[in-house]
Amino acid sequence: MIKHFIGLDIGSTYTKTAVINENKELLQLVFKPTGWNGAETAEQVRQELADKGIDLAEAKIIATGYGRVSVPFAQKCVTEITCHGKGAAFVYGKPNLTIIDIGGQDTKIIQVLDGAVNDFVMNDKCSAGTGRFLEVMAKTLSVDIAQLCDLASQGGNTSISSMCTVFAESEVISLIGRGEKRENIAFAVVDSIVKKVASQAKRMITPGSFLCLTGGLSESQYLLNALSKELRTPIASHPHGRYAGAIGAALLALNL
Amino acid sequence: MSDYQKMWQDLGMDMEQHDMLCQVLPSAVGDVFLSQENRPKSMDFWDLVISEVHGIRPAELIEEQKKGRKVFGTFCVYVPDEVVVAANGIVTGLCGGSQFWVPGGEAVLSKSTCPLIKASVGARLGKTCPFFRIADIYVGETTCDGKKKAYEILGEDVPLYVMDVPQMKRPQDIIKWKDEIATFAKKVEEFTGNKLTVENLNKAIHIINEKRKALARVYNCRKSKCLPISGRDALLMMQISFFDDPERCAKMCNRLADELEERIAKGISVVPEGTKRILVTGTPLAVPNWKLHNIIETSGAAVVCEEMCTGTRYFENLVDETKESLDEQFMALSERYMKTNCACFTPNRGRIDDILRMVEEYQVDGVIDCSLKFCCLYDTEKRAVSQALKAKGVPVLSLETDYTDTDAEQLRTRIGAFIEILNG
Repeated sequence: MIKHFIGLDIGSTYTKTAVINENKELLQLVFKPTGWNGAETAEQVRQELADKGIDLAEAKIIATGYGRVSVPFAQKCVTEITCHGKGAAFVYGKPNLTIIDIGGQDTKIIQVLDGAVNDFVMNDKCSAGTGRFLEVMAKTLSVDIAQLCDLASQGGNTSISSMCTVFAESEVISLIGRGEKRENIAFAVVDSIVKKVASQAKRMITPGSFLCLTGGLSESQYLLNALSKELRTPIASHPHGRYAGAIGAALLALNL
Repeated sequence: MSDYQKMWQDLGMDMEQHDMLCQVLPSAVGDVFLSQENRPKSMDFWDLVISEVHGIRPAELIEEQKKGRKVFGTFCVYVPDEVVVAANGIVTGLCGGSQFWVPGGEAVLSKSTCPLIKASVGARLGKTCPFFRIADIYVGETTCDGKKKAYEILGEDVPLYVMDVPQMKRPQDIIKWKDEIATFAKKVEEFTGNKLTVENLNKAIHIINEKRKALARVYNCRKSKCLPISGRDALLMMQISFFDDPERCAKMCNRLADELEERIAKGISVVPEGTKRILVTGTPLAVPNWKLHNIIETSGAAVVCEEMCTGTRYFENLVDETKESLDEQFMALSERYMKTNCACFTPNRGRIDDILRMVEEYQVDGVIDCSLKFCCLYDTEKRAVSQALKAKGVPVLSLETDYTDTDAEQLRTRIGAFIEILNG
């Protein structure tokens, strides 16, 4: 009798793991930086779960995320798009919803109908509108992403025009050189990503659809409000938002 | 690879650079083609041609040139092969499909030019493609702004003739294209020294029609639920058909079609039952661009049709073979060519209708609409394609890519997710 169903979401920045039982009850959530080697991170996760009495040899495991192919003990790989759709529908208890997931290296808008992915859009290979964009800009301002969002909430009246992370960084540097207030620069950075993500999301949102934000950035109330304002629609977030992909993978493991 | 070193040297090629290009090809062919299981035996012809793609056919072309025949290099399915063949000329495709040539093109072109144009110009300027060295004259056409300006650069050191393709499909545009073909015919006569006659043009029309019919026969086999050939193999056949002698091409395609029909009768499929069937549409996939097909087919789906220049646009519709004057023949040619639905026309409802028809004919589960980066025409038309397909309940994935491999994993995620949706 299999007791554990495990989803491993190896993202470009963080690795998220969810363990459920056959009644779909959440038993464990594990969160750690992916580092430079996905396979090594997967091994750390295996060890950590073993310490908690979860034997991977006795479990059904699905890997997802960009590092999904580097999990030697996973029985199957499923794309993060399918897993996010499944996981978010479960977390929010809604069969129909639209997910905005701002990930480390890509941003996805996923439309879920009847609990399954119906359609999606994803940014192209450039990092505009992704978590990486915010990370680079935060670093330039010597803060972390949470602080960047806090600063942004106190700023205004500044914009950066470049979508390209590299050019935007030089724009930020010239704003710093010009003596612009940090709050205003932070505002411009967040505003830029909000507009980029919103323009992507608009293609997918139908009137009346339930909208939610997943991924690490779903914990920033400021970003949530700004995005909601730009899209003129309320956007939900959930403490388990960043685990949506891992939870979805664990749920899919039930069918293995 | 046989020894073609002397031939390449005589063509004035950059041997060092060309060696580098040749080194990457065998492993690509091995990964994409030879690793497939249960391939049709008749693919041996295309395996041989692609393994010596810069040797076998170029050597033949040079032999024909020694006999006084002229080689016309073309870049578009709108340029009428029939006119060249009638005057005893030879047509060869020139479109570049490798990232290897892109930096050479970027040195002289705007950065917002598509990789196909960049690669073509790079192949010429870098002296690393024998076809670009062999062609006596290039025939361009005005299908997009990027190409128009690129021809001005290519024309700096090679004879170049440009045909003015209409932008719309009104009756006067079909007459205009007929006049363009007639003017081109004069140029071909002058360049080859051979006169066009009703007889030699009708014979050429027949030869090219037979090639189209043979390609169509292979595609017809792909309509079967029992899929006798992979998308990758069909694509390779299609890509090589732009370079081959048209009569041998027809013969080889018919030989392949014989085998595929037999496979269907015996129930031999290259994929397990229930494998999702993909129609690929968009910008052409010039040789050796196999990235998209390879990702789709190693992600658990099968490509069953290409609504592309390297696909149905090349062979659908035949030219009337019964006309009795050059004027009527030029009109018959124009009528056939103007049925080809390229995104350079406005409006272009015909392409949408083609796609919807092919979804039915090829029993398609989902459509992947993919354009090369900076191809504004096909990129913009994605919206109409997607709307029309969604209205019919056909899942569609829109993609943009180039010749680099840097986005392969991201494409794999999108395509993988799309196939997961199709599998439900």
